[in-house]
Amino acid sequence: MQPALLLQRTHFYRRNNKKSCYPTGSQFHGGNKLIPGPFTYHRPSSVAEALAVLAAHGDEARPLAGGHSLIPMMKLRMATPEHLVDLGAIKELAGIRADGAEIVIGATTTQAELIKSDLLAGKVPIIRETALQIADPQIRSKGTLGGNVANGDPGNDMPAVMQCLDARYVLQGKGGERIVAARDFYQGAYFTALQEGEILVAVRIPTPAAGHGSAYEKLKRKIGDYATAAAAVILTLSGGKVSSAAITLTNVGSTPLFAEEAGKLVIGTTCDAATAKKAAEAAMAITDPATDGRGTAAYRRAMAGVMTARALVKAFARAQTGA
Amino acid sequence: MTDTIEQVAVAVTVNGKRVKRFVDPRTLLIHFLREEMNLTGSHIGCETSHCGACTVEMDGLSVKSCTVFAVQANDSEVNTVEGLANADGTLHALQEGFRQMHGLQCGFCTPGMLMRAKVLLAENPDPSEDEIRFGIAGNLCRCTGYQNIVKAIQYAADKLNGRAHKEAAE
Repeated sequence: MQPALLLQRTHFYRRNNKKSCYPTGSQFHGGNKLIPGPFTYHRPSSVAEALAVLAAHGDEARPLAGGHSLIPMMKLRMATPEHLVDLGAIKELAGIRADGAEIVIGATTTQAELIKSDLLAGKVPIIRETALQIADPQIRSKGTLGGNVANGDPGNDMPAVMQCLDARYVLQGKGGERIVAARDFYQGAYFTALQEGEILVAVRIPTPAAGHGSAYEKLKRKIGDYATAAAAVILTLSGGKVSSAAITLTNVGSTPLFAEEAGKLVIGTTCDAATAKKAAEAAMAITDPATDGRGTAAYRRAMAGVMTARALVKAFARAQTGA
Repeated sequence: MTDTIEQVAVAVTVNGKRVKRFVDPRTLLIHFLREEMNLTGSHIGCETSHCGACTVEMDGLSVKSCTVFAVQANDSEVNTVEGLANADGTLHALQEGFRQMHGLQCGFCTPGMLMRAKVLLAENPDPSEDEIRFGIAGNLCRCTGYQNIVKAIQYAADKLNGRAHKEAAE
């Protein structure tokens, strides 16, 4: 089941306002401002310091990254943290680097920084392709990779992409560090393996083989919208045929979905139309979308299939041409 | 709860001028600009990071100031539409473009459009029409249908690149 929470429709919360939003004689000082509840602000300069603040306040504290999920939730009082721990000043949480066979992306790296990274454009182009389909330029200036993957919102795009890449999330808590695979991290809408008092500090991505092909196909009603359905594909070729493939889906279930069976179906093929159709059907079979403003469950399931087939064909063509 | 919250010092450079204030941590940047600084050029449209009317430039990036806490802007440089005109008082190329190309009707979205377009042209001084449309996708206008906004930005790009602008407004 999808949660009822649709952050992008929050203006509906004004329906009950009987008065003008802007009372006379004041500059927006009325009771109708969409402002968050009160909180104590913390701005630690290290992860250790942030963990200590989180530990001291338990479930009354929340970390703040880019804020583009949390601040809207706070405005609606769906989140009312009494302590907000701003991760923005922690230098060790930012940046993108190669580390042996992996690429490590700090949690507070913004979508805009992902888009500008030459390292990612060269080695893992699906990240840039996806980031460009998230929200709009202003939101990409602030929204972070860590927030996008840690929040557990099934509408977010990066979780499925990280599952497709078989990325690992690095979680730090008072007891130390642990690693959880993206494919094991999501338990339900807004429910993840992240424990109270833990911070997701980095994402570790096994660098895909040179010459791999990838694609992220997202159907949305308009720029800034969550996906009606979206599919990520990464595949490698050997002798002109698919030798490995991963397929994942966004926003057609309460978590991102790893379509393992669908991926197996394309091994040894050229992603021809018949194969793409079979894989699409296997992907559709694991979806459980909700009926909402984006369409009926049946429509969204069908679109998950269409996005899967398109992403497969595109990723195969890219692997062939080295694009 | 409220009266136990400590005010937090925020030092921001707004339109080139360093200012320091003590604020309630939940103060949003748009309210800080409008109510503390009396800079009412940046508008409050949807308050849900949807419409872009509150767009300002923060450390060279476009942000929606309704979804940034003022405390997050500590030590940063914020530019609003009030700081856009040239130092001698003449209009910035974008302001001139919006005027010449009729890039506005009611004007509500215009401050956000101008500040977004400023960063867009800084990042991409000679954008194609498609790049302009993709670049202003986070700013809604309910009057113009965007045609003349795109032309206004093209006008400014032409002027800043030293070219004559040939197209007329719709």
